[in-house]
Order: sequence, then structure tokens, then C-alpha cells
Amino acid sequence: MRELRYREALREAIAEEMERDDRVFLMGEEVGYYQGAYKVSEGLLERFGTRRVVDTPITEEGFAGVGVGAAMVGLRPIIEFMTWNFSAVAFDQIINHAAKIRQMSGGQFSCPIVFRGPNGAARQTGAQHSQCWEAFYTHIPGLKVVAPATVADAKGLLKSAIRDDNPVLVLEDERLYGLKGEVPDGDAVVPIGVSAQRRDGDAVTIVTWGKMLHMVLPACELLAKEGVECAVIDLRSLRPLDLGPTLASIEKTGRALVVQEAWPYGGVGAEVVDRIQRDAFGALKGPVLRVTGRDASMPYNKHLEDLTIPSVDTVVRGVRAVLAW
Amino acid sequence: MPVAAPTDELLALHRQMLLIRRFEEASAKAYSQGKIGGFLHLYIGQEASAVGALANLGEGDAIVGTYRDHGIALARGMSPRACMAELFGKVTGCSKGLGGSMHFFDAEKRMLGGDGIVGGHVAVAAGVAFASKYRGRKEVTVCFLGEGSVSIGGFHEALSLASLWALPLVVIVENNEYSMGTPLSRTLSVHDTSQKAHGYGMASDRFGTSDVLEVKRRVGEAVARARETSKPTLIEVQTYRYRGHSMSDPGKYRTADEVELRKKTDPIVKAEADLRAAGVSDADLARVEAEIEAEVEDAVRFADESAEPGEELIEAYTYA
Repeated sequence: MRELRYREALREAIAEEMERDDRVFLMGEEVGYYQGAYKVSEGLLERFGTRRVVDTPITEEGFAGVGVGAAMVGLRPIIEFMTWNFSAVAFDQIINHAAKIRQMSGGQFSCPIVFRGPNGAARQTGAQHSQCWEAFYTHIPGLKVVAPATVADAKGLLKSAIRDDNPVLVLEDERLYGLKGEVPDGDAVVPIGVSAQRRDGDAVTIVTWGKMLHMVLPACELLAKEGVECAVIDLRSLRPLDLGPTLASIEKTGRALVVQEAWPYGGVGAEVVDRIQRDAFGALKGPVLRVTGRDASMPYNKHLEDLTIPSVDTVVRGVRAVLAW
Repeated sequence: MPVAAPTDELLALHRQMLLIRRFEEASAKAYSQGKIGGFLHLYIGQEASAVGALANLGEGDAIVGTYRDHGIALARGMSPRACMAELFGKVTGCSKGLGGSMHFFDAEKRMLGGDGIVGGHVAVAAGVAFASKYRGRKEVTVCFLGEGSVSIGGFHEALSLASLWALPLVVIVENNEYSMGTPLSRTLSVHDTSQKAHGYGMASDRFGTSDVLEVKRRVGEAVARARETSKPTLIEVQTYRYRGHSMSDPGKYRTADEVELRKKTDPIVKAEADLRAAGVSDADLARVEAEIEAEVEDAVRFADESAEPGEELIEAYTYA
């Protein structure tokens, strides 16, 4: 075990996979000479050269499409979006090309590509730079979507994403890049499609992912002082979705809360709630509730931003609301 | 490659053009009989573009096209049976009946679609060219699009990157004067689309498609440039489609006289005149015609008799 920061874990994953497979290359804005907008790719240009660490002009549709074409003929591109918000102008490449090539070609062409970058609110970056993208992309058959919340998962899930024969979208988080955590030695791969139980408890099962895990765990500690022990499931992979541990936990607790940073309308939380009511209806003692971001575009003001994103406090209130049934 | 006598070369190209035209006529007929659904964008009138251009390519080279892809696929040597079966939605189709008219694919022939989103495919083509360069292979990618595609952002981003990174790409704008039903005069401030190359420092060319040998020669220069120097080229071919944008297009935006006038520069008519002048007999041409008709009839019969794809294919190719 070694302690790394989240951004270093991502960098290790990229470097190790580039080392083992010449087909893997990194492409995006400022990934090379600038060393990465968030320093994820620091040192990679010096190590791998301009052939494999490719700086691009501001052309998200263009370089996302270049990645798709290169993947169709067997390369394994890692396309970095400086933020997932900029993927909006590459939407066509991701949903109309990457996701559909295999189906449209009757299985003749695959698209083994990784799109990655920070997702969700950073700090006071305003409405256009603070969105959560999981609802948009998990909706699309043909795409896989992962959201690592821990340092070990940042490395392990990215390694799996690079080795996957499908388009995989890695939702990182600007607020997590500096997070420290332990990473196993060696080829620390984390499989896509396997959720992780982060805490055990018998009161409420909390389902979450990404940086919200770091709101949920402190909330659980506060509640534990009152004798309320919550189980926490970190989904890690949002498509495919592994709800096995969630359903097993609900068999014990009979109660569930979904915590997401994203907006409430539709989305991953709604999908989780639907599956719980279908697959664990008999175990439920009350409705499954959700704690979500507020249903508004992100305000710039710090106080208002803090109120818009779920906090430790709103998670505690969410648990109480579930228990009130 | 042995150097073919000019007449042999023209005979081969004429045969391909005729195959495309008869294939498309048969497609239109099958569509009217309800055997083909959805959209059907015919290539009739534009045959010399794909046939002349792709005559320059070798096995490792790749092609990316738009939804008007039947002619490109056939010019690349894809099987008329597999193409017609795809239009019929059959499992024997080139995309197993999952793609349809707009999505012809053939991994072996390096035909990477058939893309239904205007402009988006140009960057994909640039990516295929990027991969050739990345691997140090002297392969060329040819990308086809219509003049209706040159206003959208994807086209410009792709050109910008292809030129910046010196990718072995040939982009061919088939200017058929109508972006669906809207004439050039109402879609473009500059009617010569090859001029878009200048802002990107790209080589460009512009010529008509009445002479398939001339198309081959001019595109050949761009293919050689891409192969030898890894420099992209933007080409506008001035062409014309005789049929509507798709089968549902009544063509009210142009006159019958205009269409008839344009048929006078038909590439197949010209190729036949040139062949006759070079000593090819009417009987020889009639034999080619008969062979093509038989090939197309066989393709239609094959498509008709092929099986529908099974329900198990709905999700089978969603993930690798």
C-alpha cells in the first residue's frame, strides 16, 4: 500500500497502461506542455513524448471524433475533457458515434475509448462549469460510466476503463483531485460494474457515488453518536449498475436513501429508486427518498452554492426523513 | 500494380458506375414496393465521384462517408448482395440489418460507415488518418460529404486538426448544389467550398465529375500527397443528383428542365461515348449492361430471400 493523491492515482493508471500498451494515448487540451489543467498528466509528455501525449486546440467535437475514429481502427485513446461541461460540444461524438458504432456496424467495429475529466461542482465556477453529467450519459446504451470516489478506485477504475473494449466515461471530481488515500501495490485494477460497501449499519442503507461519499460518511459518524448506524454503498460504476450489495443491505435495514450531487429530475438516483422498489419491495418499511442537488442552475455566490449541493447536514436530515416513516 | 491500358481502365470504371446506377434504380423500385423502409438517399448522377476517387485506394486505405453511402460502398468493392440485403433490413446485410441505408460498414474493406450526422463523421475520418500516422503506416483515409456539410462546426474542427497535425486525409465535398431542398445560393456565402481549405493552410482542388478518368487523376494527386507527405487535401467535386434528396422528396425546388440539362454531362454517357471512340463495340457495352443487370437482379433476389435478423440481435452488439 502507498499513499497517493487522487490525481496521482489517475496519472499512475494512465502511465502504467501507456507503458504496457502502445495503442494507448492521451489527448486533450493542455495535457502535454502545460502538464494538465488539473495536473493529472504532469510529467507524461516528458515520459512518453508528443506522439502519445497530444495537446489539442479548443475543438472538443474535433478531438473527441478523432478519438472515436482512432478507436474504431484499434487504438485506445484517452480523451481528456478539461471539464465534463465541455463535453456538451462533443455530445454528438459520444452519443451518436462512440455509443452507436458497434450496433450500426452489426458488431464489425468497436469503440474502445475513454473519455475522462472532472464532473460536478468545483468551487464557485458558476452555472456552465458546475454540472453533473451522469444522468445524460448513463441514459445511453453502448456507454459505460464510472465515478470513482476514492484514490484506489481512481486508479483501478481508470485502468479497467482503458482496457475495456467499449466507450467508458470516467467522471472525476475537481474537489477530489487533492484527496489522499491508499492504493494497493501492483496492477491495482478495480472491475467496472462492482459496487463497494463503505460502512455497515442496520438503520438505513445509503446509496451514493463520487464526491457525495465524502458528505455521507461524516454524516454517518454524526448519526452514529445518536445510535443510528447507516450502511453506505458506493456505486462506483453507474452503468452497468451493481445493486446486489444495496439490495442485500436493504433486506437488513428496510430503509434506503440515495444521495446525489446531480439535479433531482430523472437521473441515476431515480433509476436506483426504481430498481429498489422493484427488487426489494417486500423489505421496505417506507418510501426510498433522495437527497439531491437543488433543481436550479448553479449560482456563483459561495453561500448559495453550498446550499445548492448536498451537505453533511442535508444528508443527516435525509436519513431522519427516511426514519420518520 | 500493372499499368492498365486506358481503355481497360475506363471499362472497369464504367462498369462500376453502371453497377451503382442500376443498383440505385433497383433500390428505388424496391422502396416503392415497400421492401425498403426509412430513408433512402440515392447516388444516381454522382457515380463518377466515388468511382473515380476510390480507384486510387489500396487495401489498407479507409473510407468514411455520409448517409448517401451506397455508391461509395459499391465503388469500394463491397458486395451488391450484402448492400441490397442491408437495405432490405436482412441479417445477411453488410451491417446485419441493424444499420440500414445510412450505415453501410465493412471491416474487411475498411469502409467505416455510412454516418447519419452531417459533419460529425469528418472528425472520425481524421481519427482514422491519425491512427495510420500513429502506427507509421502509409495508409490514406478518404472522407466524403455533401456541400450541405461545410457550414457545420464538426467539418471545420476536423479540417483544423487534420491540417495542424498533417494527417493523411482526403476530404471530398460532393457539391450537388442542393443541401436537401435548399440551393447553394441560400446555404453558402462562398459557392466554391474548396476555398475553405485556405484558412487551414490545406491543399485544395475543384473539378467536375463528368469525366471519371479526370476524377481519378485529380483525386489521385491528393491521395499521393497524403500517402507520401501525410498532408491533407480538401477537394470539391461539382456533381449533381438526378433524384430527390431522399425518396420522400418531390423535388419542387428545381425544374425538370434543369435536371434534364444536367443529364447531358452524365458521366456514364460520357464514358460510353469515350469507349465507343476508343473502339469498344455496342455489343461489348450491351454485354456489360446485361451482366450488371443480372448482378443487380441477383442482389435483389438474395435480399428478398434472406432471413430477417432475430430478436436476439437487438442487444447483442450494444456492448463488446
